[in-house]
Amino acid sequence: MQFDQILQYTLSGLSTGAIYALIGIGFSIIYNATGIINFAQGEFVMLGGLLTLSCLELLKLPLWAAVPCAVAVSTLVGILFERLAIRPLRQPTPINLVIITIGGSILIRGLAMLVWGKDTHAVPPFSGDTPIAIGGATILPQHLWIFAITLIIIFINKVYFYRTISGKAMRACSYNRRAAGLVGIDVKRMVLFSFIISSAMGAVAGIIVAPLTMTAYDVGVMLGLKGFCAAIIGGMSSGASTVIGGLILGVLESLGAGLISSGYKDAIAFIILLLILFIRPQGLFGKADSERV
Amino acid sequence: MNVKVMILVIAAATLLFSAVSFAAAPIKIGALFAVTGPAAFLGEPERNSARMVIDEINKAGGVKGRKLELVAYDTAGDATKAVQLATKLIKDDKVVAIIGPSTTGETMAVIPVTEKEQIPLISCSAGSKITDPIKKWVFKTAQNDALAVGKIYEYLQKTKQTKVSILSVSDGFGASGREQLKSQAAKYGITIVSDDTYGPKDTDMTAQLTKIRGTHAQAIICWGTNPGPAVIAKNVRQLGIKTPLFMSHGVSSKKFIELAGEAAEGIKLPSGKVVVADVLPGSDKQKKPLMAFVMDYQKHYKAEGDHFGGHAWDAVMLLRNALENGADTAAAIRDQLEKTRSFAGIGGSFNYSPQDHAGLGKDAFVLVEVKNKDWVIVK
Repeated sequence: MQFDQILQYTLSGLSTGAIYALIGIGFSIIYNATGIINFAQGEFVMLGGLLTLSCLELLKLPLWAAVPCAVAVSTLVGILFERLAIRPLRQPTPINLVIITIGGSILIRGLAMLVWGKDTHAVPPFSGDTPIAIGGATILPQHLWIFAITLIIIFINKVYFYRTISGKAMRACSYNRRAAGLVGIDVKRMVLFSFIISSAMGAVAGIIVAPLTMTAYDVGVMLGLKGFCAAIIGGMSSGASTVIGGLILGVLESLGAGLISSGYKDAIAFIILLLILFIRPQGLFGKADSERV
Repeated sequence: MNVKVMILVIAAATLLFSAVSFAAAPIKIGALFAVTGPAAFLGEPERNSARMVIDEINKAGGVKGRKLELVAYDTAGDATKAVQLATKLIKDDKVVAIIGPSTTGETMAVIPVTEKEQIPLISCSAGSKITDPIKKWVFKTAQNDALAVGKIYEYLQKTKQTKVSILSVSDGFGASGREQLKSQAAKYGITIVSDDTYGPKDTDMTAQLTKIRGTHAQAIICWGTNPGPAVIAKNVRQLGIKTPLFMSHGVSSKKFIELAGEAAEGIKLPSGKVVVADVLPGSDKQKKPLMAFVMDYQKHYKAEGDHFGGHAWDAVMLLRNALENGADTAAAIRDQLEKTRSFAGIGGSFNYSPQDHAGLGKDAFVLVEVKNKDWVIVK
C-alpha cells in the first residue's frame, strides 16, 4: 500500500512538474537572451487556458483549431508586451525591468479579469477522463498529453537552439550581448524572438494543464512563481536542467503534501527556492559564475 | 446675460425646493458586500438580491409611506476595508442599520464598530461565533455551519458510515467548518480517521486523497468553496475512489456542478432550500417566498437565485418587518428584530429572541444530492 501511494504522489508530481518545467524554460529563454526575469510569464499561461476556452465556446472552433488560435493570440500579447513595455526603455537597469514586468503582469491580469470575469472555468479534456491504472496508481489521459507535449516541446527547443542559425544567434546573445552585436547579430530581434518563444510555450503549458486544474484570471500568479523556482533550480538554462528542476520541484511538492502535511504544499516549493538561493544559487546543474579580475 | 442667469437660478431653486418638500425623507439602509475579490460569489448575489427586493418594496409604496434607500459599498472581501466602510456608513451616510458583510472574517472585524455606535448589524455570513456569544446589536441570516455539520453527521449516523476523513480548505470558512466537524463528531458517534487541508488556490489534491484512500474511511467530507471542491471531486474520480463524498453548503450552487461536470454525480451536501424550491412539498412554509425569490431573481438578473443571495433578501425583509412595526430609530429597529417570530425566509424560518440572534434551526438545511446535473432531496 505504501509503495502504491508513493507511486501516485510521484506520478501526480511529475505531471505538475512538467508544467513548471515548461514555464521555467520560458523564464530561462528570456533571461538568457535579455538578462530580464519576465515576471509576466505566468500570465501567458493563464491567457493560453482562457483563450482556448473562448475559442471553444464563443467561436465554436474544434479543439485542434482552438489551440493554435489561442497560442497565436498569446504570442501576439507577448510581442505587444515586448514592443510597448520593454523595447522603449532608455535605461534598462535590472530593477526597472523587473518592476515593468511585474506591472505588465498586473495589467494583463486585470484585463483578463474584465474580459473573463472572476469565475473559475472548466475546460474539456483533450481525450476524455477515464482513469488509466499504472501499478497501483491512476492517472488521467490528460497527464499523458502533458508528458507527451512537454517532451515534444523540449525536443523542438533543442533542435532550434542547436541546429538553426537564429537559435544559435540567441545562444550567442546569452553568452555575450556585445560580442554578438559585433558579429552582426541583431540583438533587438533576438529579444523579440525570445518573448515570442516564451509566450508561446507559456500558452501551451496553460492549455494542456487547464482541463485538469480549471482556469481563472489569477492562475498565473502561483504557476509563474513556481515556474520561476523551477528555472532557478535548473540554473536558468533553457534545456534539460530546467526540465529536471521542474520535475524535482513537482515531485517534492507532491511527496511533501502527501507524506508530511498537505497544508505546507506551497511552502515546500518556496523553501526549496530559498535553500537553492542560499546554498547553490547557480542552480543544481549550473557552473558557478567566475569573473576574470 | 445677467438677467438670464438670474432667471435660471431662480427656476432651479424653485424646482429644488419644491421637489424636496413633496417627498418624505427616505430610510437609509447601509450594506457591506464583497462584490469583488475572493468572496464575490457571495457578495454579488447578495447585492443583487438586496437591490431587487428594495426596488420592489419601494414600487409598492415603501414602508409606512417612506422609501427605502440602499447605500451599498464593496468591501472586496477585505476586513480592514469593511471596518472603514462601516464607519463611513454610520458617520457620513447616517444609516439606521447595516446589512452584511458577506464573510465571517469581515463581520468579526465590523462588530466592535457597530456595537460601539449602537447600530443594528444583520450579517450575511455563516460563522457561529458571530452570534455566539450573543452581542446586543448583531444578528445574522446565514445558517450556522454548525447546523450544516449536524445535518451531514445525522445522515452518516443513520447510514452507519461513521468513519470519516476530513479535507478542509485553509481559509476562515474551512477552518470554522473543520472546528465544527471535530467538536460535533462525538455527539453523533463519528470517528475522524484523517484530517487534511488544502490551499484555496490549489489545483491538485491527489496527494491528500491518496492518503485518504489508504485510511479506509467510509465517508469523505470536504469543506470549502469553489473551485477547490470541484478539483477534489474530479481527483476522486481520477483515483477511482469509491468512498461517498460529502461537501459543505459552500458549494450549493449550479456553478459547482458546472465545474465538476461528471464528477459531481452522487455528491451529497447540506443546502438551503432555495436550490430545490420547486420540488418542496406545498406544506412547506418557505415554498412561497422561495419560489417568488427564484423567479424574481431570474427575471431581474437572468441567473439562478441562489442560497447566498437569499441571505441578503432575508436581511432586507427582516428589516422591513421591523420598520413596518413602527420602528424608525436604530434602537427601536433592534428591539423589533429581536421580536421576530416564525418569519419564513429564504434561509429558513427565523425566530430571534434575546438569547438567539441567529434565528434558525435544523430545518434550515436539507440534504441534497447531485443527480443528472441537478439537485434532488435525499430522503
